[in-house]
Amino acid sequence: MSLKLFLDMISQPCRSVFLFAKKNNLPVEVKLISLKNGEQHTEKFRKVNPLRKVPALKDGDFCMGESIPMMEYMAEKFNTPDHWFPKDLQKRARVNEYLSWQHLGIRMHGSKIFVMKVIDGPVVKLEVPEDKMARAMEDLNWSLDLIEKTFIKDGGFIGGEQISIADLVAIVEIMQPFASGVDVFQGRAKLSAWKERVVQAVGKELFDEAHKTILSAKDSVKQLDSSKVEYFRPLTVLYFL
Amino acid sequence: MELYLDLFSQPCRAVFLLAKVLEIPFEFKYVNLATGQHLGDEFGKISMMRKVPVMKDGEFVLTESTAILEYMVQKHRAPDHWFPSELLLRARINEYLSWQHTNLRAHGSKIFLLKMLFPLMMGCEVPKEKMDAAMEDLNMSLIQLENYFLQNKPFIIGDKISVADIVAMAEIMQPVGTGVDVFTGRPTLSAWRDRVTAQVGVELFKEANEVIMKAKDLSQNIDKTALEMMKPKFQKMFS
Repeated sequence: MSLKLFLDMISQPCRSVFLFAKKNNLPVEVKLISLKNGEQHTEKFRKVNPLRKVPALKDGDFCMGESIPMMEYMAEKFNTPDHWFPKDLQKRARVNEYLSWQHLGIRMHGSKIFVMKVIDGPVVKLEVPEDKMARAMEDLNWSLDLIEKTFIKDGGFIGGEQISIADLVAIVEIMQPFASGVDVFQGRAKLSAWKERVVQAVGKELFDEAHKTILSAKDSVKQLDSSKVEYFRPLTVLYFL
Repeated sequence: MELYLDLFSQPCRAVFLLAKVLEIPFEFKYVNLATGQHLGDEFGKISMMRKVPVMKDGEFVLTESTAILEYMVQKHRAPDHWFPSELLLRARINEYLSWQHTNLRAHGSKIFLLKMLFPLMMGCEVPKEKMDAAMEDLNMSLIQLENYFLQNKPFIIGDKISVADIVAMAEIMQPVGTGVDVFTGRPTLSAWRDRVTAQVGVELFKEANEVIMKAKDLSQNIDKTALEMMKPKFQKMFS
């Protein structure tokens, strides 16, 4: 298969790309990259993505990064059903609106919680001050409230009545703090109901497969070789302004 | 079409510029961020996100500049180069627009916040290490813009200007407005800036950037009541 996806399932954007490609049975080859082993810094990977990030895509000579554009590329190239990324002007705008907001919304706050809870203390041995944790939780809750109250349409999905890329991108980000031990769904009936709809639309088996790595991250970091700790340090400073 | 804008904001400048360049008729609805107008009840009726820009096209209300920009291009059937439909070019422009949120936008904004708002909110100058670290991040983003996104092309996508260049330029002008010279010693970036300015028109470029270039006057112009209201949020962010 000429189209290769380079993924590490610990990463949220990798999971959305994986879910999209597999749900649509796209003719792609998945190559797993280990971030904790620093594989993104190898010469070989840098040829695929000089920015050294996952996910990355290689289609013949064409290489790119950034999960959302990758999914849009695959949607166009393989002509996936319209609802994933609707062509209608206003439906497209609604999906784009969420996909834009989420970078500095749920993605930033959910990632911060995960890094603080799973990496900082346990791996890097960096104690997170209580007030910083409290503020990070406040930000996460604000994001989740917005998703529930503004973005998810009643009884449906973010873009409307059918699932789209926006829902995949949302759910993988929400699963990150969830995997760190924060029950983001408790007390959020609308969010929980939406999650069930997404899982059903994608297929429970595929959803579980995509989230196997992240859901065991809390335990797997305990086995981390101390020499690998350096790879996580950059993450810990990224989220402190 | 109504556009709710404050030209202090990078995404507002991008939307303003594109609407003007494409000659899309719109009503400019000023939202004064320095007075906290975006936090008021009136604006809350327009958008609960409490951010600018907001586009209101008939009954359809849309936030997020990149979504608004794509909408405007699609609805008004702008020349293809603004948001190319060809598969690989579309992927490239999307790649830039996605990357920039947490890179050039985040780092350029941080410089602006630290230089302009930190002293006002915290009552003291920014600690040197904080500023140095922020400048390092901005420099990294500019290097990536030059070496990965621009390379030796006239514009980000290739021979012609696109929404990506408009967005990039708007973000770069934020630290520039605070007095940071990002162009000296960067001939590739400077040449690209000149091309973008020429394409949109020198007068329009100047008009769009008039407010940000006067950023240093912010401390005199900011409403004291609004300042007190916004302090808790910023103090949280800065400490």
